[in-house]
Amino acid sequence: MRVFRWMLVGLLLSFGAITGARAQTVEIEYWQYVFEARIKAMDELIKRFQAANPTIKVKHTTFPYADYQTKIAAAMPAGQGPDVVQLFYGWLDNFVGAKFIQPLPQDAFPPAMIEKEFYGIVTAMKRNGEYYGLPTAVRSLGLFYNKNLFKEAGLDPANPPKTLDQFLDAAKKTTKRDATGNMLSEGVTLDFPGQDYHWWREVLLRQMGGAPYSADNRKVTYDSEAGVKALNFYADLQRVAKVGQVGFMDEGQAAFRAGRAAMTIDGTFRLGSFGGIKTFEWGVTELPASADGTRSNFASYWVNAITTKPTGAKLDAAKKFLVYLTSAEAMQVWLDTVGELPARRAVAETQQNLSHPIYAPFLKALAYSQATVFVDESAQRQVSLDMINRVLIQNQDAKAALAEAAKSEQAILDRFYKK
Amino acid sequence: MNVSPSDSDAGGGGLSLRQQQVVWAWAFLAVPILFYGLIRFYPTAEAFYLSTTNWNLLSKPAFVGLANFERLWDDPVFWKVFRNTVLYLAIGTPVSLLLSFTIAYHLDRVRFMHGFIRALYFLPFLTTAAAMAWVWRWFYQPVPIGLFNDMLVGLGLAQQPFLRSTTQALPSVLAPAIWAGLGFQVVIFLAGLRAIPMTYYEAARIDGVGNLTILRRITLPLLKPTLVFLVVFSSIGFLRIFDQVYNMTSGDPGGPLNATKPLVLMIYQTAFSSFQMGYAAAQTVVLFVVLLAVSLLQLRLLRDR
Repeated sequence: MRVFRWMLVGLLLSFGAITGARAQTVEIEYWQYVFEARIKAMDELIKRFQAANPTIKVKHTTFPYADYQTKIAAAMPAGQGPDVVQLFYGWLDNFVGAKFIQPLPQDAFPPAMIEKEFYGIVTAMKRNGEYYGLPTAVRSLGLFYNKNLFKEAGLDPANPPKTLDQFLDAAKKTTKRDATGNMLSEGVTLDFPGQDYHWWREVLLRQMGGAPYSADNRKVTYDSEAGVKALNFYADLQRVAKVGQVGFMDEGQAAFRAGRAAMTIDGTFRLGSFGGIKTFEWGVTELPASADGTRSNFASYWVNAITTKPTGAKLDAAKKFLVYLTSAEAMQVWLDTVGELPARRAVAETQQNLSHPIYAPFLKALAYSQATVFVDESAQRQVSLDMINRVLIQNQDAKAALAEAAKSEQAILDRFYKK
Repeated sequence: MNVSPSDSDAGGGGLSLRQQQVVWAWAFLAVPILFYGLIRFYPTAEAFYLSTTNWNLLSKPAFVGLANFERLWDDPVFWKVFRNTVLYLAIGTPVSLLLSFTIAYHLDRVRFMHGFIRALYFLPFLTTAAAMAWVWRWFYQPVPIGLFNDMLVGLGLAQQPFLRSTTQALPSVLAPAIWAGLGFQVVIFLAGLRAIPMTYYEAARIDGVGNLTILRRITLPLLKPTLVFLVVFSSIGFLRIFDQVYNMTSGDPGGPLNATKPLVLMIYQTAFSSFQMGYAAAQTVVLFVVLLAVSLLQLRLLRDR
């Protein structure tokens, strides 16, 4: 009987311990959009985080990219939605304005630490001295080239173009046309809706001595001498040098994949797709520098942020989770699984990564990259597309095209900042 | 003998037969009314309200009066898009009806493999618009992958830019849209033609009337209900064109310099890329008014003559 009584007490005690532990378990919710590699990486990170923090449970929810913002906007005012959320850096102002996300707690994320350890492009996440989000990984652009086509044209595949002059020369040598002048294979893809509009705005323009926007990002400044030079350089690839043709093979990346373009400018996010190419060997190098050695690049990223939903124990859990997501370990997992570059310098610039034939050019670019601050990415993009179309299809003069584009884009910025 | 309604209410819980019928009728009608009220009319009313706000999906909607409509009036893209929409309608509807009537008129006389040929015409209608649009998109590419340009170059002619042109893009997008709807219109026309009594034709033949007169005096007038239906139906279709345009010009949605952008695509972009819900709702209200006006006008013109 005594034994039984003690067993009962033991049972009750262990039951109490279990329920006690369960009462202390905090569940937080994490949202991101559907992209297979990202989901896989996040599942792995959550597994490791939960192993290290047994009292925290992270629920991972994903939505198709097209619905993602709409879902967040519908869920947040209803008190549903995530505690930690992934968002594109360009959406920040809208999210802050709607009070969906809160500033990162300064004890865990001191701005001085962020500015010392992360790449400079993350300062685009700073508003009034406070950071609202931090990336795990960042992306930049590179010049992909087809080694087989380089060899055919008598170029050294181990020595890709380093300057804009060499780039133009290589493009001329690798362009192939039939007897009547129809394009068979491009020297370089011309795809403004792809990454070329970033190349023009953040790279060519700056290399010609210009800047796309004022320092506070509220004024369009590309309607300038440098703007004309940059736009003409790009348009002349088709108009004068005839080394590329907009719309050839439908899209630039399709032309490159099919082996019908010697060079293309694209981002780290294309590595997975180009990795499947079996028919030829390709390499990647830094975007060509200008004659005076000026380099620039366009970087973009998704950040993780804490929403305004969690308080108390949940906020602590969300904070811990975000610390882990921006840790060196998480960045390495992300690089290995998704192929995106670590956002911390120390993790990115390891000897191993810097000697990696594919990652190295993208990593080097991060040191001189710009992250454009968009207020309405698709509308601002449309302005750029219209500009290049007026030049290439309607033969509009570069100066007039820039003036018209600057006026339209300024109207978009004004409407946003007026609020 | 006639039982008056009030005599039969013995077991009806105090309701007359007529009242019971009314109650039952409303009980059955309640489901569709509730459905339409909640799923159709309430959101429509909400769209009218939103068109007077500056809602951006994330903020609380604030009343701005007619500011969205003023902005629309001053927006050159809107007028371009409006012109495109009218062009889709003005070219699409007559061309598709003329084509489908010609096909149906001749197919009606074909006995050999009639069903098979009809099925072939109907097939594109069953195809997903998105898949079809992508196939046509590739047809329009420059050499070496574009079918049409390969043919042109093969004949020694110059390549055409098609979708990459500001003038050719709209007809290029319209062609597959017309082609896809053709099968449906042919089948409806065939049914209409079959419904005309043979006796009229026999009488006309006995009187020695020619084919053209039969077509003008018998076939077309008797086909009017079919025609009205198809004109209204295809007009609404062309005014709401979206799938073809969106898929054929996805890199630069709406074609170079908005050459192919219809109103629906502009609404979609304003709402779900730029998240300017109020402005998008204002565009939707305009589309609604246009659709209503065009449909009413067509019904009146075609019915009362």
